[in-house]
Amino acid sequence: MIAEHLPALQVVLPLVAAPLIVLLRRDTAAWLVATLVSVAAFGIAVALAIAVADAGAISYALGSWPPPWGIEYRVDALSAFMLVLVAGTGALVMPYARASIAAEVSGHQVYLFYAMYCLCLAGLLGIVITGDLFNIFVFMEISSLSTYVLIALGRQRRALLAAFQYLIVGTIGATFYVIGIGLLYLVTGSLNIVDVATRLQDVTEVRPLLAALAFITVGLGLKLALFPLHQWLPNAYAHAPSVVTTFLAATATKVSVYVLIRFYFLVFGHAFALDGLPLRSLLVGLSAVAIVAMSLVALFQPDLKRMLAYSSVAQIGYITLGLGLANAAGLTGSLAHLVNHGVTKGALFLLAGGIAFCCGSTSIADLRGLSRRMPWTAFAFVVAGLSLIGVPGTAGFTSKWFLVEGALENGQPWIVALIVASSLLAVAYVWRVVEAMYLVALPDAPAPAQASTAASMLMRASTAVSVALTVVLGFVTAYNVGYARRAVALLLEGIS
Amino acid sequence: MSAFGGHYSYFVTVLLMVAGLYVTIARGNLVKKLIGLSIFQTSVYLLYIAPGKLIGATAPIVAKGYESYSNPLPHVLILTAIVVGVATIALGLAIVVRIREAYGTIEEDRILEQDRMPDEPAK
Repeated sequence: MIAEHLPALQVVLPLVAAPLIVLLRRDTAAWLVATLVSVAAFGIAVALAIAVADAGAISYALGSWPPPWGIEYRVDALSAFMLVLVAGTGALVMPYARASIAAEVSGHQVYLFYAMYCLCLAGLLGIVITGDLFNIFVFMEISSLSTYVLIALGRQRRALLAAFQYLIVGTIGATFYVIGIGLLYLVTGSLNIVDVATRLQDVTEVRPLLAALAFITVGLGLKLALFPLHQWLPNAYAHAPSVVTTFLAATATKVSVYVLIRFYFLVFGHAFALDGLPLRSLLVGLSAVAIVAMSLVALFQPDLKRMLAYSSVAQIGYITLGLGLANAAGLTGSLAHLVNHGVTKGALFLLAGGIAFCCGSTSIADLRGLSRRMPWTAFAFVVAGLSLIGVPGTAGFTSKWFLVEGALENGQPWIVALIVASSLLAVAYVWRVVEAMYLVALPDAPAPAQASTAASMLMRASTAVSVALTVVLGFVTAYNVGYARRAVALLLEGIS
Repeated sequence: MSAFGGHYSYFVTVLLMVAGLYVTIARGNLVKKLIGLSIFQTSVYLLYIAPGKLIGATAPIVAKGYESYSNPLPHVLILTAIVVGVATIALGLAIVVRIREAYGTIEEDRILEQDRMPDEPAK
């Protein structure tokens, strides 16, 4: 009986946990609730993914109001894929959060962190699972508002300004999105995604649709940090607490990409949005600039977290590149890269958080001689760094392979050259860190603060699992590539 | 009705939208930025509400003698959007208060100036 309500529980569970945590107020209890909820949400996401793989899309009428009048929760191959990624990241990060948050957030704010995290998780899962356009906006704002708070929790005062700048940009983005769906609503009179898509096929007046498409593209472009709308991201990632950066890097921008993909392929339709307009060349062009220019900028960052943040903008470029290529191989690369980059960048930010936890700094200059003090961390960084570069045998390789295939299929070999160039730049910026850690000896290295508490053991376990995943996903591609293929089949089938 | 008269609500909407966006981007004072953001969001309320109104129609309450009703759905959507807008502005102002406590100013250029200073000796 409970199984049929899993789609609702997926969102309601973390949503209810947030006020519960505020009432509990105890740090340990708050952490315990947040961890349990994250693990449960991951369990539900996996169960839904299995159910979708077996029996096709699940439609859940919230409050038994039948769609298109009520809000529909819809789990198909694409959303199940994203649910597993978002909930999985949450479940991976939470055990890590205990020690890291205690070290990076002021004592009286710790329980508020867990409450905000639960809200953010509920919002992101809601965006993915809902089948209602306006509901996406509401969940987007739930996740964004909690994200601003999470970033502002950073200890440095710069975190406040970063949060404020993100609030301005994020709200402009969300408002652009609402303008877009407002225009769609005026044209079709419906807000249910499937219903809107069906009704759009009879619409002959395309001008409001073009305006809607433009507003939605720019609005979501701001949210997903599409170059050149990425200005908020490096500050936000660099000053937020490490756990927050990890969670956001692996999920928040990815969920916005998911919404964009859904709009292009399952609302407007492939033929209208991508084939009839110069949008494809725009996406490919911007992505091409992003993957090269942002990798170059990353090369000159003095701080590890900021370097990884710029690298994130470049990696988002890969994802939108596949979207612009818009063929089966390119889209598979795009979707697979959502997972692969989420796992890889998640692992790298977890390692950066571990370094901040032990050394108190993530400046690359302070990483000198780290291989002596923290040999395992340094080694893990090399492994995850290889995946960021895209070395065969790691997760990063599989998605780049598909992107190259997609570019060649479209007869655009210059994109392949850019992907290779960007990968070489990634070699350079990863090498800077490796060089500092392994090859520069620090004569008077301070003894590492080896507080081997249970909490720091959990940190290590989380990090180890995420680093292991970057290698495992390079060999076992059933989830990242296999499931992505299924989602791509759904996308290219289009609106039925 | 003329093209202008029939669509005048859209002109107001677009004017508010552009004015709000301009204030948000052009002003350096963080509170003024939030005011601009609020105007920008408010313009969207109008975009939804105005087309839902039928001139001469009543509120959507079933009663004898009334045949045409305004569309209630945009109103409901915008009630939600207003709540979101209030929450955003409240959070924005709360962050501005914290910024004022940490930096002693709410002018963006002075804050950035203060942020630049401690970096220079480090390089």
